[in-house]
Amino acid sequence: MVPESYYVTLSAVLFTIGVVGVVIRRNPLVIFMSIELMLNAANLALVAFGQRLGNLDGQAVVFFVMAVAAAEVAVGLAIIVAIFRVRRRLSVDDLSLMRW
Amino acid sequence: MAHAAFFIVAALAIGSALGLILRKNAIHGALFLIVNLGAIAALYLMLGAEFLAAAQVIVYAGAIMVLFVFAIMVLIPGKEESGPDPRRGARLLAVPVGALLCLLLVFVVAGQWSGPRGPGAPSGSVAAVGRLLFTSYLFPFELTSVLLLAAMVGVLLLAKRRA
Repeated sequence: MVPESYYVTLSAVLFTIGVVGVVIRRNPLVIFMSIELMLNAANLALVAFGQRLGNLDGQAVVFFVMAVAAAEVAVGLAIIVAIFRVRRRLSVDDLSLMRW
Repeated sequence: MAHAAFFIVAALAIGSALGLILRKNAIHGALFLIVNLGAIAALYLMLGAEFLAAAQVIVYAGAIMVLFVFAIMVLIPGKEESGPDPRRGARLLAVPVGALLCLLLVFVVAGQWSGPRGPGAPSGSVAAVGRLLFTSYLFPFELTSVLLLAAMVGVLLLAKRRA
């Protein structure tokens, strides 16, 4: 039986890779996929903690995270497509209109 | 045996995550992310969460990634992120900061496991999770349908507006 702390450590590593991906990439689609990576890392931690504590609540929460992620992807991709229609380029560095 | 399987799947997950953020081509990144989601589904199975493993493959690796690949195909005709990066130095700073964040996370969430152990491993079968979703989590479950409807209406609004 693999200890749950291994799963949580793996989840922390995956989450960090997602954070670094969001920061170092310029393509909004790749940034979006890195966000999905972070969501999955958090889900893995939730399932591992639920396993450790012996209840199913963690898995129920993961189910809701999946549903919210599906809605988020649909809306986010629609926004990216709408921005692309106006700008004809795809780089987050162009989108600095609201920058302080 | 279980340890060996875990380390193989974990290496697959970390390698594909690195592939996602390091490959220049977005479609390669999407394929790496599918491998990563599959690896996480395998980890769910090892943790006894069968329902979530199936949902992960169907919802994430199936539906969401199809949407991603579709968007990439529509938006990017060829190479992406070409040209020199004017903020390369600032971006590369993310790597040491990320390493620091990773150490911190591991220290906080995985370093100290002194909490009480629960009464055995729960069953992650469809029946058990479904019973929980339709009893304690009934209201959030119904709210999910409202959320999905709102997302669908919003996407239609965004997509229909022609320039």
